[in-house]
Amino acid sequence: MTGAPVHQFLQQLFTGLATGAIYASLALALVMIYRATELVNFAQGEMAMFSTYIAWTLTNAGIPFWVAFALTLAASFLGGVAIERLIIRPVQNAPVFTAVTVFIGLLLILNSVAGWLYTYTVQDFPSPFGDRPLLHSLLTTSALGIMGVTLAMLVLLYLFFRFTPIGLAMRAAAQNPVSARLCGIRVGRMLAIGWGLAAAVGATAGVMVAPILFLDPNMMTGTLLYAFAGALLGGISSPLGAVIGGIAVGVMENLVGTYLIASQLKLTVALAVILLVLVLRPNGLFGATLVKRV
Amino acid sequence: MAGGVGISTGPAPASERIAGLSASSWRRAGLAAAILVAIALPFLIGKYHTFELTLAMIYAVALLGLNLLSGYNGQISLGHGAFYAVGAYTAAIMMQRWGVPYWATIPPAALISFAIGVLFGLPALRLEGPYLALVTLAMALATPQLLKYFDGWTGGQQGINLTKPVPPHWLGLGRDQFLYLLVLIVLIAAFWVGANLLRGRTGRALVAIRENPISASAMGIDTARYKTLAFGASAAFAGVAGAMSAIVVGFVAPEGFGLLLSLSFLVGSAVGGIATVSGALFGGLFVEYVPNIANDISDAAPGAIYGLALLMLMFAMPVGVAGYIGPRLARLARRPRASASNPPGESKQIGSIAIQEGRKP
Repeated sequence: MTGAPVHQFLQQLFTGLATGAIYASLALALVMIYRATELVNFAQGEMAMFSTYIAWTLTNAGIPFWVAFALTLAASFLGGVAIERLIIRPVQNAPVFTAVTVFIGLLLILNSVAGWLYTYTVQDFPSPFGDRPLLHSLLTTSALGIMGVTLAMLVLLYLFFRFTPIGLAMRAAAQNPVSARLCGIRVGRMLAIGWGLAAAVGATAGVMVAPILFLDPNMMTGTLLYAFAGALLGGISSPLGAVIGGIAVGVMENLVGTYLIASQLKLTVALAVILLVLVLRPNGLFGATLVKRV
Repeated sequence: MAGGVGISTGPAPASERIAGLSASSWRRAGLAAAILVAIALPFLIGKYHTFELTLAMIYAVALLGLNLLSGYNGQISLGHGAFYAVGAYTAAIMMQRWGVPYWATIPPAALISFAIGVLFGLPALRLEGPYLALVTLAMALATPQLLKYFDGWTGGQQGINLTKPVPPHWLGLGRDQFLYLLVLIVLIAAFWVGANLLRGRTGRALVAIRENPISASAMGIDTARYKTLAFGASAAFAGVAGAMSAIVVGFVAPEGFGLLLSLSFLVGSAVGGIATVSGALFGGLFVEYVPNIANDISDAAPGAIYGLALLMLMFAMPVGVAGYIGPRLARLARRPRASASNPPGESKQIGSIAIQEGRKP
């Protein structure tokens, strides 16, 4: 099917960039929550999966895709706020085991509620961008669309955090909750908004990845693992790092899968990346070195 | 401090007597009675229930391993299904390929899981809290893939079928009864080893590392050695449980060793109480029976119940069933003359293992 090796390489590179953009979104959602609360959200993938089912339900009800997408983002935002308020806040300062266990509980609940509502049958999720080849079939419209949406989202988020008062307040609340509170910022509310935003960013990742992976309650586990790998590679405290790390992991996954290892071992590759980064360079490429007071 | 908390399963001092017997003799008598009941059970209940209890005991062995690691040593593992799989496949491959008798596969399963646990424990030394959870979660996810990939050994997707052991004639036991008693012996041995490991110097070192790794090493505890040892020992328990499950079920396949298995271990451990020995038994029963019951409602119900159980436990009873009941029973037994020898508040500390160590200084 493919001609020259160069052509195949470029093709895999572009596919990798598109999946990398999806990993980057999910990684960014993880980093947003980590920066605000120092918690690692193991349920981020399942939250995104649930959002994707909402989008699927809405489009199936005949609502045009982009309207359904906007509604999904809004619903995910509210869902994220609700999860923070009801489930996460009580364990905010709990020991690690408790926090991890609560996230796993959330993961299991979201997964099984989705299975309950929508069954475990794999569903088709048509790409909003079609699947036409572009540039001598180097990439497809869907890959281009994924990259475009991700880029737009990143720019919007950057503008939001950089130039709006509420974005500034959120950064302050994440960086130094005590001082922020003394300045009159409602830290609790900022955390809730942060969770809502992270849920919406994750929802984007879910809706973008669904046409590739198809829709089923377990669709996000692998994606989440790659997002973790990306976030750690970039440094879990750095949003820019998460985006670069996510894209790098996506490209690497495709190239490794094509040239080196059978693709059945995808998750093992993710495990290896996570382990190597954590052991060799725990702060990632762009993360700040953590100094701990004892 | 609350340091020795995890290991002091019998908080009442030996001098105290209840109805003329010291607390430790009471405990010994209770243990003997429980073992007698456990031996009698397969002769009183049907085949299927015997089989279910056998599986619950197997889970309890794996949970004991997880408790040792997460509860006593504070290293979180979301991937103990992987070590369980190592044990199961070790037993299955040895039995099927080399015709090794079933009982001889258990020590190698323990050894190989121990070795892999130690190998995994080395990088784990550099990971703390959520990162270790993340790596072990990835391990749980990758296990079925790896099992399918090495299909020359593991039989790939189809797995390996085994012939279940036949009880010797002179025993006059049914197969399920025989397997039950076999697992019961392994269970008692595992708990004996586990309780002894945790009661002495090693147990205190493990708890000290959990409570405060820096002061533990300042007191001369070789934290790296104990942490890798804990990982290895914990994996060995899981591996033995896995081997037993392969022998009892007579079948292994990659799908049985996925994320859900590892997460059920987490659930069982949390339900029973992560920093307890006896909690592993509660957890084993929970993990065996609750999904069976829940499956009748819907195939999504077990996951939902697991998830709800985790949330409710973490909010309401973070120390699990054994962690909750144990100290209260002890206090109840001690009530008549508690004032003299026990400072108030001791029991409360015993019950608060899971919420002691704050995330931030």
